[in-house]
Amino acid sequence: MVEHTVKAFDEDITRLRGLIAEMGGLAELAIEEAMQALVSGDEVLGNEVVARDRKLDVLESEVDAMAVRTLALRAPMADDLREIVAALKIGGILERVGDYAKNIAKRVNRIEGRSRFEPLTLIPAMGELAAGMIHDVLTAYAARDPELAREVIERDEKVDAFYDSIFRNLVSFMVENPATISSAAHLLFIARNLERIGDHATNIAEMVHYSAVGTYPPDR
Amino acid sequence: MVTDETPASAPKMSTRDVSVFYGDKMAVDSVTIDIPQEFVTAFIGPSGCGKSTFLRALNRMNDTIASARVEGTIELDGEDIYRSKMDVVQLRARVGMVFQKPNPFPKSIFENVAYGPRIHGLADGKAELETVVEKSLRRAGLWDEVKDRLSESGTALSGGQQQRLCIARAIAVQPEVILMDEPCSALDPIATAKIEELIDELRGRYAIVIVTHSMQQAARVSQRTAFFHLGKMVEYGETSDIFTNPREERTKDYITGRYG
Repeated sequence: MVEHTVKAFDEDITRLRGLIAEMGGLAELAIEEAMQALVSGDEVLGNEVVARDRKLDVLESEVDAMAVRTLALRAPMADDLREIVAALKIGGILERVGDYAKNIAKRVNRIEGRSRFEPLTLIPAMGELAAGMIHDVLTAYAARDPELAREVIERDEKVDAFYDSIFRNLVSFMVENPATISSAAHLLFIARNLERIGDHATNIAEMVHYSAVGTYPPDR
Repeated sequence: MVTDETPASAPKMSTRDVSVFYGDKMAVDSVTIDIPQEFVTAFIGPSGCGKSTFLRALNRMNDTIASARVEGTIELDGEDIYRSKMDVVQLRARVGMVFQKPNPFPKSIFENVAYGPRIHGLADGKAELETVVEKSLRRAGLWDEVKDRLSESGTALSGGQQQRLCIARAIAVQPEVILMDEPCSALDPIATAKIEELIDELRGRYAIVIVTHSMQQAARVSQRTAFFHLGKMVEYGETSDIFTNPREERTKDYITGRYG
């Protein structure tokens, strides 16, 4: 891309993109480690995920400040404008993704009798899918690749299917073993959080598409 | 922002393959555009791109420059404005112009506005003339500021007021089109905001074409934008599209500040 006449403008945009990439990496790691902690019942790791979420909050305010400053100082137009608006929204979304991962990590020590929970085997696969969506949508962001963004959007159906299946599974499990209701309810929330992460990855993909080509994906 | 609908009526002005030459030098190269009645149209582009020259061709202001020559056709309501029978004075009453630097006559505020209607015979008698002057000044958003000092010289007003006086003067002869050539470039931000507000109020009543160096201004006041570069019209479309998602690479480079 041709450089701006004002060099500092390019530097601002590069910095903003760097912050988003950093947030994306942290959000993906949070999902993965929350899953790991859940499966192994590793409370220490869970606490680390919870503690590290603060970093995402700090980065989000940095993105906000940077984007607002750039809007005010440069009055960006066309692809620059879309770039800044996308960064502002994506930053907010990644912060939410971090919150969902944190919420999952907080529930690690609330699951009793892990070995008996069949749905527990489905959740890590669902988590991998959701984390993969976040990973790939940030690759699409870095490469300004609308095709990859659309491909990520299509994957959200699979996450939703996982959620439906886990939901049914947990409900029948609760009916059969009322003693497990408390643990099962936590798992239900965890699945719900992962399903929301998939939706958020979809929202990011839409912003990546918008930023790259100026329109939202056709079947939005 | 105004929603950008497709113009319902026929274009107020339309140009076909219009080129303007200064001697041998081609300043405007085959521009074809329809100027809608109901919208504000902005011309943007770097200095020397031909946008002002093209604007001035729309009311034959280039006639005063001996070496200037216009090719192609320019129509106002379907009539060729360069045809031999065209009354140029009448044309410039129908297609008024506001310039970069406010240029009030060195006469009273009242006379500045009354002059046009008087020579065009648009008002019978003193009372009617006073009505036209008041109406024009009101429409230009200047009345309340000058109503008690109409006999003072127009040049005694502030820059922003002078520019609104010039707009009142243009309005007074009941134009159909108002051409504005960087009307705010000599004004401070407050005076600029007042002119922009005024443009918005006048929209619909007159077809307005504005040349501006401020991209933000074009984005704020216009519904259609044309980008000029090296004498050619590179892109023309809905303002919101031009500024968020231009089709042409050259437009994008210019409006995003990548013009080399």
